[in-house]
Amino acid sequence: MLVSTKWLKEYVNTQELPPAELGEKITRAGIEVDAVIDRSEGLANLVVGYVTECVKHPEADKLSICQVDVGGGEIDQIICGAPNIAKGQSVIVARPGAKLPGGMKIKKAKLRGEVSNGMICSLQELGIESKLVPKSYAEGIYVLPEQAEPGTDVLSYLDLDDTVLELGLTPNRADAMSMLGVAYEVGAILEEDVRLPEIDYPEAAERAESLLSLEVDAPEANPLYVAKVVRNIQVKESPLWLQQRLMAAGVRPHNNVVDVTNYVLMEYGQPLHAFDYDSLGSGNITVRQAKEGEKITTLDDTERTLSAHQLVITNGTDPVALAGVMGGANSEVSDETTTVVIESAYFAADSVRRTSKDHNLRSDASSRFEKGVDPNRVIPAAERAAQLLAQLAGGEVLAGSLVSDHLDKQERIVKVSPDFINSRLGMKIRLEDMLDILSRLKFKTEAANNQLIIEVPTRRQDIQIEEDVVEEIARLYGYDEIPATLPRTDATSGGLSPYQAKRRIARHFLEGAGLLQATTYSLTSEAAATQFALEPTETTRLLMPMSEERSILRQSLLPHLLESLSYNTARRTDSAALYETGAVFLKGQDELLDEQEHLAIVMTGLWIDHSWQGEKKAVDFFVAKGIVEGLADKLGLELSFERGEMDGLHPGRTAFILLDGKRIGVIGALHPSEQKKRDLKETIVVELNLETLLARETEALVYTQVSRYPTISRDVALVLSKIVEAQTIEGVIRKAGGKLLKDVRVFDLYEGERMEEGKKSLAFSLKYFDPEKTLTDEEVNAVHEKIIHALTESGAELR
Amino acid sequence: MEARLQELKNEALGKIQAAQTVKELTDVRVAYLGKKGPITDVLKGMGKLPAEERPKMGALANEVRAEVTESLDAHMVILEEQAINEKLQSETIDISLPGRPAKAGNPHPLTRVVEEIEDLFLSMGYEIAEGPEVEKDYYNFEALNLPKGHPARDMQDSFYITEDILLRTHTSPVQARTMEAKGGEPIKIICPGKVYRRDNDDATHSHQFTQIEGLVVGEDIRMSDLKGTLSVFAKKMFGEEREIRLRPSFFPFTEPSVEMDISCFKCGGSGCNVCKKTGWIEILGAGMVHPNVLEMAGYDSKRLTGFAFGMGPERIAMLKYGIEDIRHFYTNDVRFLTQFQRTEL
Repeated sequence: MLVSTKWLKEYVNTQELPPAELGEKITRAGIEVDAVIDRSEGLANLVVGYVTECVKHPEADKLSICQVDVGGGEIDQIICGAPNIAKGQSVIVARPGAKLPGGMKIKKAKLRGEVSNGMICSLQELGIESKLVPKSYAEGIYVLPEQAEPGTDVLSYLDLDDTVLELGLTPNRADAMSMLGVAYEVGAILEEDVRLPEIDYPEAAERAESLLSLEVDAPEANPLYVAKVVRNIQVKESPLWLQQRLMAAGVRPHNNVVDVTNYVLMEYGQPLHAFDYDSLGSGNITVRQAKEGEKITTLDDTERTLSAHQLVITNGTDPVALAGVMGGANSEVSDETTTVVIESAYFAADSVRRTSKDHNLRSDASSRFEKGVDPNRVIPAAERAAQLLAQLAGGEVLAGSLVSDHLDKQERIVKVSPDFINSRLGMKIRLEDMLDILSRLKFKTEAANNQLIIEVPTRRQDIQIEEDVVEEIARLYGYDEIPATLPRTDATSGGLSPYQAKRRIARHFLEGAGLLQATTYSLTSEAAATQFALEPTETTRLLMPMSEERSILRQSLLPHLLESLSYNTARRTDSAALYETGAVFLKGQDELLDEQEHLAIVMTGLWIDHSWQGEKKAVDFFVAKGIVEGLADKLGLELSFERGEMDGLHPGRTAFILLDGKRIGVIGALHPSEQKKRDLKETIVVELNLETLLARETEALVYTQVSRYPTISRDVALVLSKIVEAQTIEGVIRKAGGKLLKDVRVFDLYEGERMEEGKKSLAFSLKYFDPEKTLTDEEVNAVHEKIIHALTESGAELR
Repeated sequence: MEARLQELKNEALGKIQAAQTVKELTDVRVAYLGKKGPITDVLKGMGKLPAEERPKMGALANEVRAEVTESLDAHMVILEEQAINEKLQSETIDISLPGRPAKAGNPHPLTRVVEEIEDLFLSMGYEIAEGPEVEKDYYNFEALNLPKGHPARDMQDSFYITEDILLRTHTSPVQARTMEAKGGEPIKIICPGKVYRRDNDDATHSHQFTQIEGLVVGEDIRMSDLKGTLSVFAKKMFGEEREIRLRPSFFPFTEPSVEMDISCFKCGGSGCNVCKKTGWIEILGAGMVHPNVLEMAGYDSKRLTGFAFGMGPERIAMLKYGIEDIRHFYTNDVRFLTQFQRTEL
């Protein structure tokens, strides 16, 4: 909503407050002023000029040489390029020294040999948006609608010495979608009364009913319809003040009839429509539900097919307007129009919203009906329009109106106790202060038995319950006055749930291990949705995606994390290690999805880069595996790894991660072809079902006594077939080692050329220990022999 | 013989002084004091001396031996020290060379902001409530006083999956779910999470973003409690000297509704580019829980009241760290992420 402060003063005394200060007060009281726009910004030295002579420039077809009376008896020669310039026009002249928006300065110039003492201006050149400039002046200079004294200052003559407040209205404050509504708000803030327009006009002897009949077949969707008839009007340009007010309000002037309906819309917030009486052709207006498939061409020259739930205005047979949304082209007011029918109506919000949405057509009218207009302004707005048509178009208003009225226009009564107000706010506002605020709001209030009985004006549809009154009192009393206290609820323990606490522990562990936390999008493409998914299900697609790239919910975190790696390597960050925790979305039993929180890790490039001391290590499977194992230790879990394969991963370097034999994750090197596709070097990925990992209750931590007996070490080096896994051998060792074997660790792997084809050498360090005593060599040897025996039995060769 | 001893002594003392290294000095020791050395030789020749001279010569020889030994030991100390110093000298390193980098990652800036807010409210006895990102229309809208047909729940603005299921547009459904689950009991929760809206991604819009909301329900919860709580939050997050102000606003699920501004943390209120010359920065929306919302969740709105507030960690991080483009949070540029490593305490 754009509010001209100059126009606003017509309805309420703004106490000469500077506009910015007025804006601040309005903002603090509840309606946010998004911008304060000085309409004269960048403008200086503009005067009214009168074109006394206008001839073609001998050297240029498109230029005219004008003699312009600029006041004070001075006639200046000005060259003008506008096609619509002509002798006898009052125009806007920027004289040498004048300033125009954008920092443009006007100087005396020569154009094709002819002197030009300034410039004749279009409205666009004055900083008015093209879409607001009347169509007849869109391609040329603006011609003042009335003769004006040459030399007059243009800023005041055109009401450009004005500041516009741009209100950012929340949906509840539909009442402020009108100048009068804003005036009531400002009046309440400044403690000033509101001056309503005085409506007074002569009526013809003949009654409206003699020309027009009205029938409303859908009183629910249209509880109130008022029609007035004005005849003998002359359609022409509106006077300057009206055009300027509309432009300040962001509305393009058309002709006096259309402008009057728009002016009253802006003034009262009541949408009006004017029909050309003769085009109706029937002398009848019937409001009814549309017939399925019926057609209408609206004022925007679009043919629309109607549905039965949409409300239309008809001439008794054919639709002439889409009720509350837009008029029809067939009954549009034209220059030839002499009699008009003014429609002022109350259309039900739901009906208008639905129709407007069906046709994807939002108008100033529909946006107001959707939020609910003031039932008590429907009739006054029709009267006001009649008055203005009489004044500005020379119209003769027929006596009376055609009215179909089923609308409840009763004020709503809200009862609230002062104690309730104070207890909700945590304040002690006195009763008289409350009454004062309510009277400033023009809410009729009675105070009785510790109860305020409030009659809420119908313009404030948003005030319905006690809490709404609490807000009214608080916002005008001032939120700064509310004290700052803390809730007095019974002490709550609060804190993180074990799951949440463990998730933080996991995150901190991963960060400590050197991973950066990343965040990616949940929505992805069909192709990426199930790639790397541990348990892919049917995908879930949005009804109306914005793009194919963001149309499906992901089932793995890895595709987007890998995209992030590629993004980084494309920017010469060759080494990166990222992790993310987030939901994946699987089809479940429920109508909702089965959302599982996953953890994913991706790493590429160097893991250790300390080359001046000769230390450099690229990421590999075991770097990632070490992190997963470390995380499991941190969470008190024992994970196992099982060789496996997954599309997109290296078939020889992939393992599934198991918890209690159940697959909960995958770890692997990206498949070389996948690496190439993503422009990555050796890249390792991990994805784990974090939810399963964290949901497990961890055992209580019990200390094991630190033994005073020594540990005895023995090494064993084996020659094995390459395909035998270390964990298999470790299993053999552990099984044979029994209780005394405390620890087994791989300390060497050799697969070089000194080995026989298909063989490898694997060396283990074994630790023996008895918590009860110092082991003797004989005792250790006995167990060690047993282990070696078991190893040779299993096919390993001692090296 | 006496003269020979004197001569030997002077010779030895001279060589001791001339010795430059521990080895040279050790050679001197062996040469003069060893079993085959000249002093021993002299003493061996004592047998040829008359008996009365033997004690005198013996004493003299011992004297010479002692003197040489003493000088030698003293000089040895000096040479050894010198040797150590030389060794240390050769072992000197360039301490300006870079250290072996310790591996250290860090949280995402949004996690950093969210955890800071969580920790503050955890310390005030709040719990953290979480809920599904794919939500029922009922919890996302209807239970929050946004009945069907309400303009704020336009299909155009939300990602629907079916008529009744959508990606949540705010974290408020978690509040609705928590209230329903608590069955009329008092509540103090913080709800962080991802939310989704049908916006085109640009510098200030993202179809996916995060929210963190708070809800307190109990007996006699007042608007002053909301103001006090938000004031504690603003000071903790943005500095002790921050002022807050509430401005009336509108949300369907609260009444009264407010927006909270804080005094600009960059200019302190005098006006700058961060606060767009107003001295104030809009941080969050809040209000007293609408009685319809309480009643829908089975609370007696006459007996229990509550307040709720909600904010966007992206906006807070952008303001706090001066980040110019919301898309940075989702592209995971390492050069961006690593900037949120250090503490600010």
